[in-house]
Amino acid sequence: MSSAATRTAQSATETPSPTEAQAPETQAPAVPAGPADLRAAVDYADYRLVPARRPWRWVGTVLVALGVAAVAWSLATNPRWEWGVVAQWFTAKSVVNGLVETLKLTAISGVLGFVLGFILALMRLSASPLLVSVSWTFSWIFRSTPLLVQMLLWYNLGYLYEKISLGIPFTDIRFFEAQTTTLISQFAAAVLGLTLNQAAYSAEIIRGGILSVDQGQLEAAAALGIPAWRRSTRIVLPQAMRAILPTAFNEIIGLVKGTSIVYVLAYSELFYTVQVIYNRTQQVLPLLLVATLWYVVITSVLSVFQYYIERHYSKGALRTLPLTPLQKARKFFATHAPASTTGPASTTGRK
Amino acid sequence: MSTTLEAPASTRGLVEITKVRKSFGATEVLKGISLTVEPGGVAVIVGPSGSGKSTLLRTINHLEKVDAGFIAIDGQLVGYRVKGNKLHELPERDILKQRTEIGMVFQNFNLFPHLTALENVTEAPVVAQGRSQAEARERALELLDRVGLLDRAGAYPRQLSGGQQQRVAIARALALDPKILLFDEPTSALDPELVNEVLDVIRELAKSGTTLIIVTHEMGFARDVADTVVFMDQGQIVEQGKPQDIFTNPREVRTRSFFSKVIEPAFNI
Repeated sequence: MSSAATRTAQSATETPSPTEAQAPETQAPAVPAGPADLRAAVDYADYRLVPARRPWRWVGTVLVALGVAAVAWSLATNPRWEWGVVAQWFTAKSVVNGLVETLKLTAISGVLGFVLGFILALMRLSASPLLVSVSWTFSWIFRSTPLLVQMLLWYNLGYLYEKISLGIPFTDIRFFEAQTTTLISQFAAAVLGLTLNQAAYSAEIIRGGILSVDQGQLEAAAALGIPAWRRSTRIVLPQAMRAILPTAFNEIIGLVKGTSIVYVLAYSELFYTVQVIYNRTQQVLPLLLVATLWYVVITSVLSVFQYYIERHYSKGALRTLPLTPLQKARKFFATHAPASTTGPASTTGRK
Repeated sequence: MSTTLEAPASTRGLVEITKVRKSFGATEVLKGISLTVEPGGVAVIVGPSGSGKSTLLRTINHLEKVDAGFIAIDGQLVGYRVKGNKLHELPERDILKQRTEIGMVFQNFNLFPHLTALENVTEAPVVAQGRSQAEARERALELLDRVGLLDRAGAYPRQLSGGQQQRVAIARALALDPKILLFDEPTSALDPELVNEVLDVIRELAKSGTTLIIVTHEMGFARDVADTVVFMDQGQIVEQGKPQDIFTNPREVRTRSFFSKVIEPAFNI
């Protein structure tokens, strides 16, 4: 370490150096002078830290804010949106009834679809070639036919099979027999179509989740003598849930809006109800807006559920869980409260 | 040797591996291995990678099925029962029961990441041995204390260092009070400065009378802790013996050349 090198380094970074004659007087006493001294010239510990300025971030923020304001303005002031009509129908009895039907269809088909999907996923992962191919074929067929076609097919099943009966195959023993058309109502056709379609997709989602869990986890559980069912439910599934949940919620949210397809069966869920109303009143756009707003509400509520459920399953996966929005807000108000500005944390480091 | 004899308490943990063969596809990884580990003994298996050490270890608790040969613990066949002149594989339930007597510690710990250290240790005793939650918890805390991690009982595995995770994994294996403990390269995934904290725990166990079978690359540790060192290469046991004999005076050329590669550099430091 030579003094020449020291001097070069210092002049390159333009650090005020005590070895230079023009060194400001105020800094000179802080450091003992020495030709080979590489220590910082001044003790900066008491200086205030100033973050770098980011002007483009501000430009971007302003531009986006302007855009948002423009859209809001047009929504609020354009009379053709007919917000009065929207408000009038938003909580109308028929619309709310339709909403309830939509929620019912979503809940039933969602639950049944995921249960069936779970079974299909286990079949697909089993060692039996027959179970694997049946599961594969199921997904193949239901993913390759349009939901609309499936729906109409189930509703018209009576045309293909007049009677449905339960008995011992290849014998004449029948426990139960009924006309297909009386069994498959609009509701039954809708649930059947949505469930089977949902099962095909969720099977793949669940299978993907299970595959994402490290093989060593199963081995460790087996080596500890933990039974197979418990291995799946206690060890594998909770870990698979992390991979399953985001896509599963995508599916559920898709299903909420997907239920609108049952209008082809003239089933009065939200979308069909709205259609019936605007065919009568000719207020097409405001009524579509009514339906849309309800879909937005449902999706928003589901998104909140998603956030907390994902958070629940992420325990152990992250070293520390991030704060929830609520906790963040509380922390913000706690640290930015007027009283705390006199606290030690905000006063240290100021000159 | 009888395969039905009930073992007296003093001979708990006798492991007999007899003519075990195992192939993966066209490659035969175990070519007729026979090895006996006495109750309370400490056998350390060493050898180049791909020599079949880990596979052999995994056959002992039937995580890997053998193609031929058999393994018995205290005279009881592992994974099979005799019927006529055939060995029938046991139903899963019985195999799981046998495994509760054989603890295993993995190279990658394989702790359950969504369960706390304590929950990792209590899971198997409650589920596989039907102990009460309170009893399992008390025993688990005792074991975590023994591996020096009582204060981390509530931590999730990812909040622990590698060495701490492996010590929890050892506590988890001990929670079932196994007769035999299998260690599959327990320190290979650890940073060098964390290796000793795990080896110290295993050294303690070696004195406890539990049979230990350890696959490792830590030669100093092997010399220290083993009563038998087994050298494997290409699916066969090349040589076995007391550590002082096998390390200082190996009989086989292959053993000598392996040790010259793994031990000499360490001595040069």
